[in-house]
Amino acid sequence: MNLAWPIVTAAFLASLVEAVEALTIILAVITVRRGARLRSGFSLDCALYPGSSFYSHRRWIKFRCTCYNSSSERFYSCLAFDGCEILRAAGLIALHDEEAAFAAETTQLQGRVDRSEARLDRIASLTAFKAVLLEGLEVVFVVIALGTEKGMFASAAAGAIAACSAVLLLGLAIHRPLARVPENALKFVVGVLLSALGVCWMGEALGIAWPGADFAIIAFALVFLGAGCVTIILARRPDPRASS
Amino acid sequence: MKGMLRELIGLFVDDGVLALEICGIVGLSALLASALPETPLLAGTVLAMGCPVVLALNTLRAARGRRKVGKGGDRI
Repeated sequence: MNLAWPIVTAAFLASLVEAVEALTIILAVITVRRGARLRSGFSLDCALYPGSSFYSHRRWIKFRCTCYNSSSERFYSCLAFDGCEILRAAGLIALHDEEAAFAAETTQLQGRVDRSEARLDRIASLTAFKAVLLEGLEVVFVVIALGTEKGMFASAAAGAIAACSAVLLLGLAIHRPLARVPENALKFVVGVLLSALGVCWMGEALGIAWPGADFAIIAFALVFLGAGCVTIILARRPDPRASS
Repeated sequence: MKGMLRELIGLFVDDGVLALEICGIVGLSALLASALPETPLLAGTVLAMGCPVVLALNTLRAARGRRKVGKGGDRI
């Protein structure tokens, strides 16, 4: 099987940050509950994903054949992701810190334990379910967005599976949040990559033949990287209207 | 469950203004691509340059808004 390595890399990096976030919440639930009920939330998700992924993929292709709306939606998500990471890099959104997220989630769950011991199993299952569902859905969307074009689904899926497996194995091995993963820098790179791929594919959908074919993605990535860096510098500067 | 639904909807549309601006750029590119098929790179340039510009302007607008209300948590 021939894999498209740019797609594998983009899917791996994007999925890695989502899997790390899900792992942090699950570890917090395990820490508080240490219960077997956690498995119910997790197993339900595992059953949901293959179905939802297949359904979404079919629906995505169908939409794409008839109109640009679905493509625009994914394209918008890529750019929105990049914008969010620019704000984060500029210090205007709190940096994502897995240790802090773990502590916050543990404290929140512990508070619920104190209030209602009887409902704890349900809360633990729901929290684990929510974390894996939402972060997993983001992984599914990444795979769909990257895998729709030119039969790249296998490459995108391989990247996502590798990332999720790596995080799962690391989580099982060390039982601690993966705070050393440079998550914020990775997210910025992923935002740039997704935006570049989005522009390239949106152009192809509009019938534009890019010079250099797929190599144009590198040029788009550099443009988005430059725009992102300039925006970070501008966003960090104090607003002169506010100071005057 | 409410938070979960809110996050699910947020996966699709987080910033309506950015979504509209991107639709505008894509629409303009589509219009140019269909009106001037002999110069497809014009539409490509609008798309490739318009998106980073729209993204930068939107992010700076959001930065100004965030500075007013203080640093917030994660959007994504």
